Amino acid sequence: MSKAGALANAPQFGSQEQRIAANQLGMWTLIATEILFFGGLFLSYVTYRVAYPSAFAVGSRHLDYLCGTINTGVLLTSSLCMALGDLSIRKGRTRALAGWISATAALGAAFVCIKGFEYHEMWRDHLVPGFRFDPSVSPQVELFVCLYFIMTGLHAIHMLVGIGLMAWLLKLNAASRFSERAHEPVKMVGLYWHFVDCVWIFLYPLLYLVPKL
Amino acid sequence: MRVSESSVGPLVATYVALMVLLVMTAATRAMPAGWWITPISLGIAALKAFLVAYLFMRLREEKALVRIFAGAGLFWLLILLVLTGADYLTRSWYV
Repeated sequence: MSKAGALANAPQFGSQEQRIAANQLGMWTLIATEILFFGGLFLSYVTYRVAYPSAFAVGSRHLDYLCGTINTGVLLTSSLCMALGDLSIRKGRTRALAGWISATAALGAAFVCIKGFEYHEMWRDHLVPGFRFDPSVSPQVELFVCLYFIMTGLHAIHMLVGIGLMAWLLKLNAASRFSERAHEPVKMVGLYWHFVDCVWIFLYPLLYLVPKL
Repeated sequence: MRVSESSVGPLVATYVALMVLLVMTAATRAMPAGWWITPISLGIAALKAFLVAYLFMRLREEKALVRIFAGAGLFWLLILLVLTGADYLTRSWYV
């Protein structure tokens, strides 16, 4: 009865509409807590950038600007794929959904690989704080590099979770759990994925585009 | 349901706009240095995030309650940044 299960309501819900509304609010509440989770890091960034503006500009030049820009494009494209997947299933196209979700996951994986390549470059150049860090680099620049690793690392963990959620959607889809009328998990996972994209949209200029003063 | 809510067109148009904005952000690196680049690049980022939230996350179609929940996270973030900033940025030894 897996097909019927996708439409059945748990006892706490009076109607399907109420369940959908509760899911929506729950997901947006999660996103609000995530905004504040990343918010603490953005706050640290702003505080130290105001204190050491020129060191942050120097630190920004140590990052691979091309990789960061390509990754932004990769992530925006993955968000389009996710939105198209959501649109497909609202029209009942389960095969198109599988295609778009796979594309989203593949682009997410590409993002993580490019990030891994950047981390490797930083390692090669002795720019990983705590591990044979280049002694000629000032402590204030090291602070920027620390923030870079913590912010992008936390973001990358969210990407990995998102890729896992895509695999979960593919599994549900393969088990014929989605239809034109029953597809809430697609929308919920989509909200998460787009949120993670939004975080990167702000990380990109803050980390890669610090102007020289 | 309105046609615009269930067609590919607006999504692709949003994507094209996002990519144009990305090119604009990336181009700020080639501009002459100055503090004013940061407000520009962050302004573009805010516009990009708005497009993603409004069209990809479909806030456009949601009821007011959902939009308030979406805005609440940003409001609390603002409290976090403004109140801490009001402390740190006004200390004479800090700036």
